[in-house]
Amino acid sequence: MPEEKLDAVIVGGGLAGLAAAYRLAEAGKQVLLLERGDAPGSKNVTGGRIYVEPLRTFLPSIIDEAPFERHVVREMITVLDEESSVQLEYAQDGWRKQPYMSYTVLRARFDQWFSEKVMEKGGFVIPNRKVDDLLWEDGRVAGVKAGGEQIGAHIVIAADGALSFMAEKAGLREPLKPANYALAIKEVHKLDEKCIEERFGLDVGEGAANLFVGALTKGMFGGGFLYTNQDTLSLGIVVGIDALMHKQPQIEAYRLMDDFKARPEVARWIRGGELKEYAAHVISEAGISGISKLYTAGMLVAGDAAGFALNMGITVRGMEFAIASGVIAAGVAVDALNKGDVSKEYLAEYEKRLRASFVLRDMETFRHSKEVLENPRLFTVYPKFLSSLFNVLFSVSGTPKKGLYKSARAVAKEYILNWEGMKDFWSLRKL
Amino acid sequence: MNIVVLAKQVPDPEAIVGIRGDGTGLEIEPKFATNLFDEFALEEALRLREKHGGKVKVITLGGGKATEVLRTGIAMGADEALLLDDPAFFDGDGYATALALSRAIQREPFDLVLCGKQATDDDRSEVGPMVAQLLNLPHVGGITKLDIADGKATAESPVEGGKAVVEVPLPAVFTAQKGLNEARVPLITGVMKAMKAQIPKVTPNELGLSTEEIGKAGSKVRIEQYLPPKKRAGVHFIPGDAGEAAAEAVRILVDEVRVI
Repeated sequence: MPEEKLDAVIVGGGLAGLAAAYRLAEAGKQVLLLERGDAPGSKNVTGGRIYVEPLRTFLPSIIDEAPFERHVVREMITVLDEESSVQLEYAQDGWRKQPYMSYTVLRARFDQWFSEKVMEKGGFVIPNRKVDDLLWEDGRVAGVKAGGEQIGAHIVIAADGALSFMAEKAGLREPLKPANYALAIKEVHKLDEKCIEERFGLDVGEGAANLFVGALTKGMFGGGFLYTNQDTLSLGIVVGIDALMHKQPQIEAYRLMDDFKARPEVARWIRGGELKEYAAHVISEAGISGISKLYTAGMLVAGDAAGFALNMGITVRGMEFAIASGVIAAGVAVDALNKGDVSKEYLAEYEKRLRASFVLRDMETFRHSKEVLENPRLFTVYPKFLSSLFNVLFSVSGTPKKGLYKSARAVAKEYILNWEGMKDFWSLRKL
Repeated sequence: MNIVVLAKQVPDPEAIVGIRGDGTGLEIEPKFATNLFDEFALEEALRLREKHGGKVKVITLGGGKATEVLRTGIAMGADEALLLDDPAFFDGDGYATALALSRAIQREPFDLVLCGKQATDDDRSEVGPMVAQLLNLPHVGGITKLDIADGKATAESPVEGGKAVVEVPLPAVFTAQKGLNEARVPLITGVMKAMKAQIPKVTPNELGLSTEEIGKAGSKVRIEQYLPPKKRAGVHFIPGDAGEAAAEAVRILVDEVRVI
């Protein structure tokens, strides 16, 4: 056991870890963050958007100065059937004015910048280090083991991502279940800034977001996304790992991506672009029922590692939870260090503060959203219904056209005016 | 034993390098790494110190991220570092750089100078041998083994079809190459120590050098222009069935390219 102990060791240089390190360093604590990748950000992936409003009180200086990409002023949802699509667009003048609600973001740039801020505050950020295990002392976590080295710490914050091994090693989490996770695949396509602005009808600095749902996931839980960055587009799909495992016939995830890109609704946006990056990542989809135990003696769990991610259907959030939980963890850690008490009893304060914050409140509110969103009919029947409906409304053929109401009702009857449809509608109250 | 290591921060092997529009310089993606061969030199110096005692001092010349190589050295275990970061030192050729470094080495008594056999950015292999010349010391290049005993060094370096075993009196200059050792990964505690370390600097004046003698002004070699490598012509696919395509290929070779 190392004689000297650091105040805090943080495992993982994602947003939760960096936020915690920043706050601890700011409070004058000796903090070391260990990151497995070449630099913080090198292994981190987001679809592409961060909602900053909930974070303004947590890390105001970081949020104000961060190198985000574009502020989002235009939201689009595209419902895809096999050969047709319906697109909805929502724009709001208020979103074009500061303070902006959400920004597109590229993590390689943002996280590296954030880690420099941590170092400016006096925190140590060391990349290329994989933490292998926890150190224990009298039944409490007392540091970490990394590459044969033992690093003692009064408190350890596990921020090692969706597949957190630290939480598992500390006995805070069950082994992983495929049903709780989704696979995200993302590509970054380079396009000229001007071209992006013209193509999406944006002013300088403005961004757009496009969600896709329907035939692209071939009946499986998931969807697609597209975000405009400064001079790139982030394009990707998310699909439930459980659904992917049980899909018959089997399909490789990259095939879904290729088919998605070939769709005219997607191809129009990326035309002429150059593929710059390809990434894949695991996302926690379990909601509040999937979160780990959040603390034990000498250790706190934050961000994805704790399962803080929420799919609310139209908005998908993880980064805000990561930053907020990192900040809250640091706050509790600072208090615990000042009191010299890192017992399990004292660290229970962490969960208390999370429950009072938007992190666990939002996750509680949307406790049942997964059940609703997992309904396979959302990815098959409803897109078909919408497509058929608009097909009837827009098409003109050689035969005389029936009344619009009559046609629409016939389509609705075929797809949604039935017992299943009633049940689905009833289930929406859970959202 | 006092060992001096000359080390250089170079563009990361994966960094994108391009030529500036007017051909007067290079545009290099700001990703850096320690010169691979200097890592071997550093490792060897640390192993010699572990065996014979003494201290290891790392010296570098350069601005901005150049300091990182000194921090890497300290993280690995070097005792001291020295930085030559006055802009007057910059943009020099091998000679101007070697002159400044040799003066920096001479500020304290030393027994051994180690550096990489070349930097992986410009690959000129000049500084090590020139430092030896300027210090009037023996130089053994591209070593793969080094033993010190009784004020003498025995070094091995590969030659065509075998290896040369060279014995030289100390002090002497050695340039390291692959095969000498496997560089250690610094301890986390070492990296933390290095991040906090104050890096001492030295000015041309303190080395007894005028700005005319060093950097670009003191260089004997001037780069006129950078030119891109010749672009390979695009591959031309000949469509059609194999027989027709072969006939067309022959026609192109005979009539158009006229190589047959």
